[in-house]
Parts: sequence; structure tokens; C-alpha cells
Amino acid sequence: MTQLPKSTDKKLGLVIDLDTCVGCHACVISCKGWNTENYGAPLSDQNAYGADPSGTFLNRVHSYEVQPDQGTAQLIHFPKSCLHCEDAPCVTVCPTGASYKRVEDGIVLVNESDCIGCSLCAWACPYGARELDAKEGVMKKCTLCVDRIYNENLPVEDREPACVRTCPAGARHFGDLGDPDSEVSQLVADRGGFDLMPEQGTKPVNKYLPPRPKDVMPEYDVLAPFLEPVATTGTGFAHWLDKTLSALPGGSK
Amino acid sequence: MHPAPSVIIFTTFSGLGFGLLFWLGIGAITPNGLMAFIWFTIAYLAAVGGLLASTFHLGRPERAIKAFRQWQTSWLSREGICAVATLLIMAIYGAGLVFFDTPLRPLGWIGALGALGTVFTTSMIYAQLKTVPRWRHWTTPALFLALSIGGGALLAGQVTEALVLLTLAGALQIYTWNTGDTRLAQSGTDMASATGLGHIGKVRAFEPPHTGTNYLMREFIHVVGRKHARVLRIIALGSGFVLPIVFLLLPFSHIWGGLALISHIAGVIVLRWLFFAQAEHVVGLYYGKR
Repeated sequence: MTQLPKSTDKKLGLVIDLDTCVGCHACVISCKGWNTENYGAPLSDQNAYGADPSGTFLNRVHSYEVQPDQGTAQLIHFPKSCLHCEDAPCVTVCPTGASYKRVEDGIVLVNESDCIGCSLCAWACPYGARELDAKEGVMKKCTLCVDRIYNENLPVEDREPACVRTCPAGARHFGDLGDPDSEVSQLVADRGGFDLMPEQGTKPVNKYLPPRPKDVMPEYDVLAPFLEPVATTGTGFAHWLDKTLSALPGGSK
Repeated sequence: MHPAPSVIIFTTFSGLGFGLLFWLGIGAITPNGLMAFIWFTIAYLAAVGGLLASTFHLGRPERAIKAFRQWQTSWLSREGICAVATLLIMAIYGAGLVFFDTPLRPLGWIGALGALGTVFTTSMIYAQLKTVPRWRHWTTPALFLALSIGGGALLAGQVTEALVLLTLAGALQIYTWNTGDTRLAQSGTDMASATGLGHIGKVRAFEPPHTGTNYLMREFIHVVGRKHARVLRIIALGSGFVLPIVFLLLPFSHIWGGLALISHIAGVIVLRWLFFAQAEHVVGLYYGKR
């Protein structure tokens, strides 16, 4: 069914804190691990140990340098996976109905046995959230670890997406963004969470929290201003000696 | 966008084939017997050959039959249905001409409409994509239709119509290139909106997520071929439109007609290559590329 539901009971998604992310890529690895060993076709690699390795990932971490008008540049690590958009363009373009958005929790999934690998959903996604697996020939995307979050065989603390569970910095949060009282919604409200490419009209569920403004470092060495400046223009005997020695053949300048 | 040969061959030849079916359908030429068989074979070879080529870019071509289900939302699904329906209707129309020397006019008209519908739905697969601002414009379906009917007229030997339509298509192609070059910049999507970090300062891609390449970069970022775009545009215009028009204006002979057709097809292949190679997908912005 490639018609989008008018509304979903929940809007499960991620909130990613760009202030806290340290760019360690642990979420990338745990995602690849869980989604290779569990639900659906494994995320294959091609030429993994060769000169030109390539592979399927559902989550990737970019790093951006942002240069303000004044002051020093900031380095911001930027994890990116499926945003489980409310108005998901990837779903409506699917010719087979393999792509769908769940009414109960808003998760966007691919029914792999119906996917013909036409790539049109990846074309329609502005975020690069979908990747065609080169070995399996079907479209892979973030499932929000649908096989973890409802999995009663796992301890309660593990019933969240692998990327969230593994993040050592606590930069990733999982919850219902449709409930204004949920922790993730509160976080978005407090920190001014934003959408990626809002002009594309996809209404992403996942939100990003902006980096907090940088502190201005105070001058810690209280004695530094009182130190005598180092002479830059020379006078006197030492300067004369320096000039004379430098002028000799083989003298260092 | 990656200019995949399968998709270039598909859009070029199925456009030409359905263009010829359009002229056959409206009765611009009404051959019978063996001649009808030859005409319809040419049209079906181009149209069906193109459609088959398109299945080569599928990851799972053996499941292609499933693509007919979601016509309510998917232009790709609509295209598949339009194409099959048109081919079936025109097969009956063609059988009437080949075996019974009887043109079933209403069927021909419906088939001609279906041929236009097929080309239109093909073009909408591209024109619907907000992620590729260059394609999301009325010129995409207009140009696909003009090239299909124009090429069809050339193939069907409709000299006057071909002259008018090729001139029109050439002008439209120039307009499309000129306006398309600035459409990504006008779309409002840039690295600032992609990352949401524009309020801090100027955003620059510092490190990509991986040392190698990936599916997204192979599929959506095509920088290498673009540097020859200017020369290729001139070649495409000359070969696709100017030469065929000159050949058609010369005193008619089948040799000039054949040369006009070959030159036109070569030109369309070049401009279809440019259609993909020059199209910038917004996902490239995350990699600091276009």
C-alpha cells in the first residue's frame, strides 16, 4: 500500500543531539551489526578488504566544518539515517507497494519480498536514507530497529534502536514525537530541535538538536599580561654580535 | 544522477516507438498487409526493446510484474499500465491492418492517446522528483512528448510534421537547458538547509562518512562527465535537430530520410545522457558535492 496513512497513532523517531555527538561512529557499527544479523537481507559489503571497499549502511556520520562570521570554526559531527517522514516521498513513488508507512507507529519499512530494486524511492528521498544492497538487489533502510523495540525476548533496557543503545555520548534519543509530553518531545521543545531540509515538505519525524553556543574562553594565566614583551628590534652588543656572526660565511641567519 | 545506459536506451527508443505508434494510431499512415506488418514490427521493436532495457537497471528484474499494482500514487506503476495497455490495443489495431486490411479507427485513436499517455507518465517519473530540481518543471514532460512525437513523425515519414516538431523540440531543449542550470540554486535547498547549521556560519563538508564510495555517491553524484557538457550540448543540438532538419529540407529521398533518422537518434541519446548526467540530486549537498 503506497498511499500514506492520514495520521499515525504514534510517531516513533530519533532525536539527535549535534552538541553531544563526538563522531565516534559507534552507532554506524552497531546498526550495521544488528541489521546484518537480524531482520531482513544482510547489509552486504563489496571488496571489503580490497582497494575500493563499499557497502550498505543504514546510518552514516558526516562531519562538517562551520565557519561563523567571527571567531573560530566549529567541527560538527552529523549522524544521518531515515527520518521516518510523515509525508514520506519514498513511499508514494513505489510501484509495487513494497514501501509503506505503518499506521500504528509511523515507521517507514520495506517489504523486501515485494521490492523490485527500481531505486525510485532512493531517488525520491532527499536525505540519502535508502541504499540499494548490491548483493541482494533490494532497497535497505533504517527500520528503527522494529525487531528490537517490541522484542519481549530482550531485556527492557535493550528495547530501543541499536544506535541509541550503543551511543557512548548519549547523543541519540528514541521516543514518540507525536506525544508532546514525551521526553523526546520535551527535549525538542527545550533545545529548539529542527527539521532537515524543511523546504522539501517531507515533514520528518526525526529531529536534530543544534550545537549549543560556544563559551568564550577567559584568560587563565593572570600573570601573562605583566610579562615583559620579547624584544623584536635589536639594539646594543648582543644585536651587533648576532648581525656580525650571521654575516660570516656559513653563519646562520 | 548516474547516466545508466539501460535508462538512456529505454527513454530514447521507447519514446521513438510510442511516437511511431501515435502516428500509426491517428491514421497518418494506414499501411496494410506486409507493409503494415513491417511498420508495426519497427514500432514494437523500439517500444518493447526500450521497455525491456529498462528492466536491466532493476535489482530484482524477475519481480517486475509486481510493478503494476500501485497506480494510485506511483508514476512508475502508471507508466507500466499505460505501456502494456497501449501495446495491447495497438496490437489489435495492427492485426486489423495486417490480416484484414481494416483500420479499426476508434481503437487506433485510443492507442494513439495511450502512446502519448505512456510517454507522459514516463516523463512524470522524473518531473515528480522534488529532490532533483532540474527535472521538476513543466519542460520535462513537454520535451519528452515533443521528442517522442517528433521522432515518431520522422520515423513515419511525415516530413512537414517532423520539420515543425523537431524545430519546436530543439527550441524547447535550449529553453530547458537555459532555465534548468539555475534551478537547484533557486530551489532553496542548500548545505545550510540540509544540515540545519546555516545559522552558525558557512557549512563545509569536512569529512565524508567513509573512506570509499557508496551507493548514494554512485547513483546521485556524477561530476566527472559534466565538464564536457557545453560541447555535448552543441553536438546534441546539431545531431538531434539541425542535421535532420537540413536533411529533410533537401529534395526527398530515402537516403536523406534515413540519415535524418540516424542523426536524430544519436542526438537524442546524447541529450538523454546529459539529462541524467547534469541533473543534481540534493543528497549530494550532504557530501558537499552536486
